[in-house]
Amino acid sequence: MAEDILHEVTQTDYKYGFTTDIETDIIPVGLNEDVVRLISAKKKEPEWMLEYRLKAYRHWTTMKMPEWAHLKIPEIDYQSISYYAAPRKNAPKSLDEVDPELLNTFNKLGIPLEEQMALSGIAVDAVMDSVSVKTTFKETLAEKGIIFCSFSEAVEHHPDLIQKYMSSVVPVTDNFFAALNSAVFSDGSFVYIPKGVRCPMELSTYFRINAVNTGQFERTLIVADEDSYVSYLEGCTAPTRDENQLHAAIVEIVVHKNAEVKYSTVQNWYPGDKDGRGGVYNFVTKRGICKGENSKLSWTQVETGSAITWKYPSCILQGDNSSAEFYSVAVTNHHQQADTGTKMIHLGKNTRSHILSKGISAGLSNNSYRGLVRVNPKADNARNFSQCDSLLLGDKCGAHTFPYMEVNNETAIVEHEATTSKISEDQIFYCNQRGISTEDAVGLIVNGYAKEVLNKLPMEFAVEAQKLLQITLEGSVG
Amino acid sequence: MLEIKDIHANINGKEILKGLILKVNPGEIHAIMGPNGAGKSTLASVLTGNPAFEVTHGSISFHGKDMLELSPEQRANEGIFLSFQYPVEIPGVSMVNFMRTAINEQRKYRQLEPISATDFLRLMREKKELVEMDNKLTNRSVNEGFSGGEKKRNEIFQMAMLDPDLSILDETDSGLDIDALRIVANGVNKLKTDKNATIVITHYQRLLDYIVPDFVHVLYDGRIVKTGDKNLALELEEKGYDWIKKEVDGE
Ligand SMILES: Nc1ncnc2c1ncn2[C@@H]1O[C@H](COP(=O)(O)OP(=O)(O)OP(=O)(O)O)[C@@H](O)[C@H]1O
Ligand SMILES: [Mg+2]
Repeated sequence: MAEDILHEVTQTDYKYGFTTDIETDIIPVGLNEDVVRLISAKKKEPEWMLEYRLKAYRHWTTMKMPEWAHLKIPEIDYQSISYYAAPRKNAPKSLDEVDPELLNTFNKLGIPLEEQMALSGIAVDAVMDSVSVKTTFKETLAEKGIIFCSFSEAVEHHPDLIQKYMSSVVPVTDNFFAALNSAVFSDGSFVYIPKGVRCPMELSTYFRINAVNTGQFERTLIVADEDSYVSYLEGCTAPTRDENQLHAAIVEIVVHKNAEVKYSTVQNWYPGDKDGRGGVYNFVTKRGICKGENSKLSWTQVETGSAITWKYPSCILQGDNSSAEFYSVAVTNHHQQADTGTKMIHLGKNTRSHILSKGISAGLSNNSYRGLVRVNPKADNARNFSQCDSLLLGDKCGAHTFPYMEVNNETAIVEHEATTSKISEDQIFYCNQRGISTEDAVGLIVNGYAKEVLNKLPMEFAVEAQKLLQITLEGSVG
Repeated sequence: MLEIKDIHANINGKEILKGLILKVNPGEIHAIMGPNGAGKSTLASVLTGNPAFEVTHGSISFHGKDMLELSPEQRANEGIFLSFQYPVEIPGVSMVNFMRTAINEQRKYRQLEPISATDFLRLMREKKELVEMDNKLTNRSVNEGFSGGEKKRNEIFQMAMLDPDLSILDETDSGLDIDALRIVANGVNKLKTDKNATIVITHYQRLLDYIVPDFVHVLYDGRIVKTGDKNLALELEEKGYDWIKKEVDGE
């Protein structure tokens, strides 16, 4: 029953277009150099950007899709995809025109009204205007010299920074999906925090409305200069239906000396129906570099959506005394597949990394943790602690752990712990007997299990993420 | 208040309850005794709607409602409480969160507003005192790492919190030390009113010294085969079950 609601909701198409000024025709399906040129031209990009795209495209044509993940990926015909999404016509004009079931889910998640409007595809300008916080927000950031804009704007207004940092962490040639993204990326976000500046607010709330917008080949670049701090929030808890099946995003983060970046994601793309039809393929490359001494990077992710997830937010610990964290909750239900984890590459001395991965599998799904900890010869006194837990609901799902360790310095201490547990029928019945429904019982247990990770999220997001876990698992037990 | 008529129930295709009849009125205390494997815990499971058991025949009505139509949580919210023979551990779920959820579900079912934070804390404190429950326990996850006796005490604490009309205590005495038995039994007695009823499943007369039953039933081979007053328990303590088994099997 509850499953039906979610199904209903996720069936609803409410994707909306990019920005009003690209009110245009559709580029025909398929990918070749002309299409790359066309994308660049439509975005009025400078020559160097076009060259970058073409180089990426040419390299991509020599590459193959990776096959090492514990995933069954159906054949993808890259020539049948349109690489430039058209803005959506006939968007609803008010919430009255939006599917009530969808609104119901928004309310369950506790999403504020303005965001509900945006997520429902109501004309973006109208929504933005109603968010009065926007202007004050922008002013505050500008006063501090913080740059926070779309990737396209950054290409136009801050070409020096883009040219300096783009692909400095994820090279164009890094992997198949990264090369594809570099050739055809639609848009994304750019953040620059100047020296000594502490970003006074979460780069989140109103901005996450925009995040829905950025389409299937999104690109994010965050640069934290020396002694700066920023907490960045990406994604959305609302079920996001998207007819674009293939998503291949890139996130690059550069953290300079004494700086700290916290990056949090909630990913809830359409997971397909309960028989495994449809759903987004999410092939993401996320990587950060702790470039300077004492720099710090922390990844927190809550992954509940997508039919297939291939994602390893990683960190290169280059600066001495730098540290990195990876906190992850990945939920799979029905026929979903997730192969996710992290890579911690220790290059500098006294570098520390901490990995906490909580997998939850239900239905017929498959959930894998894949993590690499590498300690290079010069990384004296490197430390890593990894904890990988799996929770199973039912006995038809799979949980797998693939920890890789490459330790090339004998002063390093690398520790790995793993547990697997199951929600038993006895536990559910015990809760039922205390008046708690099976769905709420699963919610209680799962949120208890994922608590340590959820606590890392910014407050208002944590509450939504909690509800999201429960909704994702509705109907998975009993 | 409770009327069980000719209940037959299976687990994994094996019939455990074979025509059980029981009637409980408000204010009454019923003791159920009987040899291991007779079906006492099965009766508790069937009353509370454990989906592992299949009811093939008969009826259960509680406050005039057909319980077999209701889900386990609905039955709980109608006021049936089971103190489990083997309470399970629920790691990661704090006692506080668990209890607040349970109370609010019950309130929602009865169309009441959620309990306020202060009322909830006051209730917790009051009921903890009733069963002399240690703060350390309520700060932990549900039953996680609790000793056998602590789990049983926690069951009665939850019963006190939820204030049920019908409580089923399945061998709540086993695992409790002598002092704990007295404390827990006194707790149960303090919760007793002439509106609620208790079914006490036990093997030992000892508990019935504290919680004095109005009726003692012997459950054997899936049926209640003998009913008496509190003296029946004394007789069983002395003579065991053989004479009853003979009576029944000889029929
Ligand atoms: N899951 C199960 N599968 C098969 N048989 C079961 C199952 N659960 C219980 N039984 C059987 O049902 C019968 C009744 O069990 P029940 O637990 O009701 O007995 P009881 O009277 O409570 O015994 P005790 O005094 O030992 O607690 C036993 O023979 C038991 O083995
Ligand atoms: Mg028993």
